Amino acid sequence: MTGDSRAVPKRRAAGAGAGKKRGLLYELKVNRVLFLMLIPAAVYFILNNYLPIFGMYLAFTRFNFADGIFRSPFIGLENFRFLWESGKLVKLTVNTVSYNLAFILIGNFMQIASAILLSRLGSKVFKKITQSVMFLPYFVSYVILNVIVYNLFNYDLGFFNGILQSLGQEPYDFYNTPGIWPVILVILYIWKQVGYGTVIYLATITGISPELYEAAEIDGANVFQQIRFITVPLLVPTFITLLLFSLGGIMKGQFDLFYQVIGNNGVLYDATDILDTFVYRSLKQDFDVGMSTAAGVYQSIFGFIVIMVSNALIKRNHPEQALF
Amino acid sequence: MTITHAKPAAAVKIRRTPSQLAFNLIAYTIILLLSIFCLFPLVMIVSGSFTENDTLLREGYRLIPSRFSTASYRELFKYPDSILRAYGTTIVCTVVGTALGLLIISMTGYVLQRKDFKYRNVFSFLIYFTTIFGGGMVPWYIMLSKYLHMNNTFAARVFPILMSSFLIILMRTFISSSCPVEIIESAKIDSAGDFRIFWNIVLPIIGPGLATVGLFLALSYWNEWYLTSLFITKRDMYSLQYYLYDLLNSAKFAQEMGIATGAEKLPSESIKMAMVVIVTGPMILLYPFVQKYFVTGIAIGSVKG
Repeated sequence: MTGDSRAVPKRRAAGAGAGKKRGLLYELKVNRVLFLMLIPAAVYFILNNYLPIFGMYLAFTRFNFADGIFRSPFIGLENFRFLWESGKLVKLTVNTVSYNLAFILIGNFMQIASAILLSRLGSKVFKKITQSVMFLPYFVSYVILNVIVYNLFNYDLGFFNGILQSLGQEPYDFYNTPGIWPVILVILYIWKQVGYGTVIYLATITGISPELYEAAEIDGANVFQQIRFITVPLLVPTFITLLLFSLGGIMKGQFDLFYQVIGNNGVLYDATDILDTFVYRSLKQDFDVGMSTAAGVYQSIFGFIVIMVSNALIKRNHPEQALF
Repeated sequence: MTITHAKPAAAVKIRRTPSQLAFNLIAYTIILLLSIFCLFPLVMIVSGSFTENDTLLREGYRLIPSRFSTASYRELFKYPDSILRAYGTTIVCTVVGTALGLLIISMTGYVLQRKDFKYRNVFSFLIYFTTIFGGGMVPWYIMLSKYLHMNNTFAARVFPILMSSFLIILMRTFISSSCPVEIIESAKIDSAGDFRIFWNIVLPIIGPGLATVGLFLALSYWNEWYLTSLFITKRDMYSLQYYLYDLLNSAKFAQEMGIATGAEKLPSESIKMAMVVIVTGPMILLYPFVQKYFVTGIAIGSVKG
């Protein structure tokens, strides 16, 4: 990068005695204020992110709080064996990955569609109001979402059962029907996220040169063709970037959503339990530290592999969009 | 002579070809439906909060209250102590966390965009790396509770969400795009220190960036329930959202166990709705004013980032 070489002529001259090699010590001396300014963030990430990585060792121990991380008894792969034999791991993985894929694909489709439609609306006022309304759920907490879901689907008082009853139908027992929840969860995800994604895609669309559309119009392309051959292809890079980001979290998933909406309703676990909720419950309710860490280790490593592989694949065809 | 600017939207609007009409019909319908879909659960809650509990139990949830009543709000504020305390701690955590987070995030973002800082890519990568690999939730929990002794402290509600690599990268992009290198360089030639440059020159011109990142932070502090559920056991230290969660769950639990009959202390359905409105209120009231910062911020961060 050329930017590197045009730095601070004055200081460079002062440090000329140190030779051309700019080692760490030299940098520390010249830019010590910059280093100092990084310290708070460094401390944060070390405590909050890097040191806990060593805690993965817990997965190989029978943890007790008094002995702490490094003095609890070492039991090898016992926790992993238990996790595997419980038979839950496959189910949890399948649930986590398929929910995330549904969220990513359906979510992005909705976001792209609403961004394209919004960008082409004539009425500025309508556009502004609807965009604000669609963005509103992003600000609503998941605890509130839990309340909303309860109001909608509750057996006695729920909004939908109210409608069913007024139509002379039997009420539907949503909370005892696991099969319906994947659909509900995807819809809730869209409700929460559609506005946010729309903003991102809308920003990309705004950046498209108007001349492209003018040229297309002169060539007789109608609005559908303009969208199909100009807007959509130009949104692909943004989509790939967002896709890569979401693939990185494919083993994590929307913990808040699942935990708040499903909570401790064991009837629904088969269809709705994901790795995050499983780990949380194993820690909070059973305090099984070793086993829940093991599940977390599995989740971390699996997720890491997914992102490395998908990044490598993207790099081959779209090097610009690769994350690293 | 009039100067004609390129305005495709206007040009498209004037042309009333059949395909344009069809498109308008589809677009307005879909967007309208999407907006209704996004709005109606919220309307339902507000309506519930303005309905008397008996009516609610008889008729279930509706979009418009059949008889308007403010009884639940009056009931709610008969004993305002615990909700006001939750409000208070949440406001304090939000203000402190947002201010501290903003300072650190902008400082870090500033250093990481300095082209003459040799290790900027190394540090950027180390910050980014935390999003693709981590120790998982349990070691993190043990770290904070056993080794940093954060159980039942407000630090547990502030520290973990003080910053994120996403926000730092967003801020870095913001600073490098709104703050020309020349300004910083000329300040250096006038031998201003690095921190002075940041404080006196950079901070004042990145207002919109600070607003965006600040809003992300404030939102996550205001909606925080997860950290409280992990680290806080004292009721008077609950965050607002967790206070509501706890209340709802104890009511639900009691109902399932059949203890609800005659128990005066359980919140009624309409009081719960009033609680929800009170808890979400500040965010929704602020929303019209802050929305545009969010939109520009996300746009800059996503397009250039």
